[in-house]
Amino acid sequence: MTGTTFKYADNVDTDVIIPARYLNTPDARELAVHCMEDIDPSFAKRVRPGDIIVAGRNFGCGSSREHAPISIKACGVSCVIAASFARIFYRNALNIGLPILECPEAASAIAAGDRVSVDLGTGEIADDTTGRRFKAEPFPPFMQELIKAGGLAEYLRRAK
Amino acid sequence: MSMTMTQKILAAHAGQREVHAGELVMARLDLVLGNDITTPVAIGEFRKFGRDKVFDREKIALVPDHFTPNKDIKAAEQCACMRSFAKEQGIVNYFEVGHDCGIEHALLPEKGLVTAGDLVIGADSHTCTYGALGAFATGVGSTDMAAGMAAGETWFRVPSAIRIELTGSPRHHVGGKDLILHLIGLIGVDGARYMSLEFAGPGVASLSMDDRFAVANMAIEAGAKNGIFPVDGKALDYLAEHGAKPPEVYSADGGAEYERTISIDLSSLKPTVAFPHLPSNTRTIDEVGDIPIDQVVIGSCTNGRISDMRVAAEVFRGRKVAPGVRAIVIPATQRIWLQALEEGLLKVFAEAGCVVSTPTCGPCLGGHMGILAKGERCVATTNRNFVGRMGHVESEIYLASPAVAAASAVAGRIAAPNDEQ
Repeated sequence: MTGTTFKYADNVDTDVIIPARYLNTPDARELAVHCMEDIDPSFAKRVRPGDIIVAGRNFGCGSSREHAPISIKACGVSCVIAASFARIFYRNALNIGLPILECPEAASAIAAGDRVSVDLGTGEIADDTTGRRFKAEPFPPFMQELIKAGGLAEYLRRAK
Repeated sequence: MSMTMTQKILAAHAGQREVHAGELVMARLDLVLGNDITTPVAIGEFRKFGRDKVFDREKIALVPDHFTPNKDIKAAEQCACMRSFAKEQGIVNYFEVGHDCGIEHALLPEKGLVTAGDLVIGADSHTCTYGALGAFATGVGSTDMAAGMAAGETWFRVPSAIRIELTGSPRHHVGGKDLILHLIGLIGVDGARYMSLEFAGPGVASLSMDDRFAVANMAIEAGAKNGIFPVDGKALDYLAEHGAKPPEVYSADGGAEYERTISIDLSSLKPTVAFPHLPSNTRTIDEVGDIPIDQVVIGSCTNGRISDMRVAAEVFRGRKVAPGVRAIVIPATQRIWLQALEEGLLKVFAEAGCVVSTPTCGPCLGGHMGILAKGERCVATTNRNFVGRMGHVESEIYLASPAVAAASAVAGRIAAPNDEQ
């Protein structure tokens, strides 16, 4: 997957990813319209399918709202790369099939607007703008399958 | 092998003699919780699993508390979705607005639905509140809730722990909220990421159960998987009074390993305030400076319990909310509301110029019942002060105890509980 990056700082919380005032619907397309609204109001308009979010430590801290990764995925974001993820967001992202990678080096070196390629199978991250390459710990094969299936529910349904 | 208290509960629920930090275990669930925001998403996922029935209709709790009483049509639809699922599945612990309902994390302990030694997951990050009862309780998302409802078990990575050694006893007008804000200020909003916060030491005895609920409630604000307290006589009395199942008391082994130990002398704590926009951005009350305010919110799953109401009323009694300040008091459950009525506390609030709401999470997450305009400042007894959490992105939230919040309402600026006298 390859995309243009949007870059954010440490402690991006789920309230700014999808403000609670929009949590009166579980509809992914409606949520996508307001994704990142309180930290980057024009994000939902500018983001293109395949684009990548790069952020600092503790991405997705705060509320357990699964609407946060749902809205990011529904925007067409192909991967979130962060120095670290908050625990509940980490679980939620995988459970709904949003690819994420933990890589402090990439999170710090990649700049906003860089073209970045990600290989989930190997954990390789390439900044095509600067030519720098990084390596994140890839997920084990079952988790890659789970992400590819679109999340836990679909993965378990297919496994039956 | 020596284990922490949390590890022992996980081991018991995984059917293993021991577990170690980092290990993945499949564990049996005693209770699965959801609210009106997270449950509709979970129901959608539950349908995808292809199961007709939940694993145990007595071990699921569904609480409409966030946008209730329904704030708009969409919120009403979400509640209707949860209500009809509860009926379809015969969920025993579904609570309807007004009918002995309230904010989930105040309600479940009050109803005796969690006991010591339980393993609880909830699709709400503040599910960690039940650690005050000596349970392992942690927040999850809607898909995990759905899987829990379907299977009655789920996987966990066994956490390591930070031990918080408490000594002394807190001074007047200092309580659980000040302790947890102080701790988050020390270790940061990811200082306990993936770990347990295990509270211990002789100081625990001086904390009321309501103090412990407030502390465990905000473990997530340090990134923790759970916060947990040892089960002492106070906890056992609370469980018995609230008709909880017989407790299973676990305690940390003497040789248990911790990532670190932090010692806190409770008698040295001062009222503490978290400035915008992170719970870790703390200052003691003597360091706050002159911060004029527009609104005060006293309530939430952190500080909406009866002792919080009593503390606030003690400050408000015979005084007036400052001109230009809106003070909103929200008892966390119907029972607390009724008790506050019987004790005359609601009259104290109303006479002081507060508005008293029925139970709701409402303003805490910027839902309704007290949204902030651009540039407005609020002192809140809630748990998060993120950008835009209570309204406009340019509004500000200062987290504090009920005593500081009430004193601030009277003073019209952030104030110590004794300032206004």
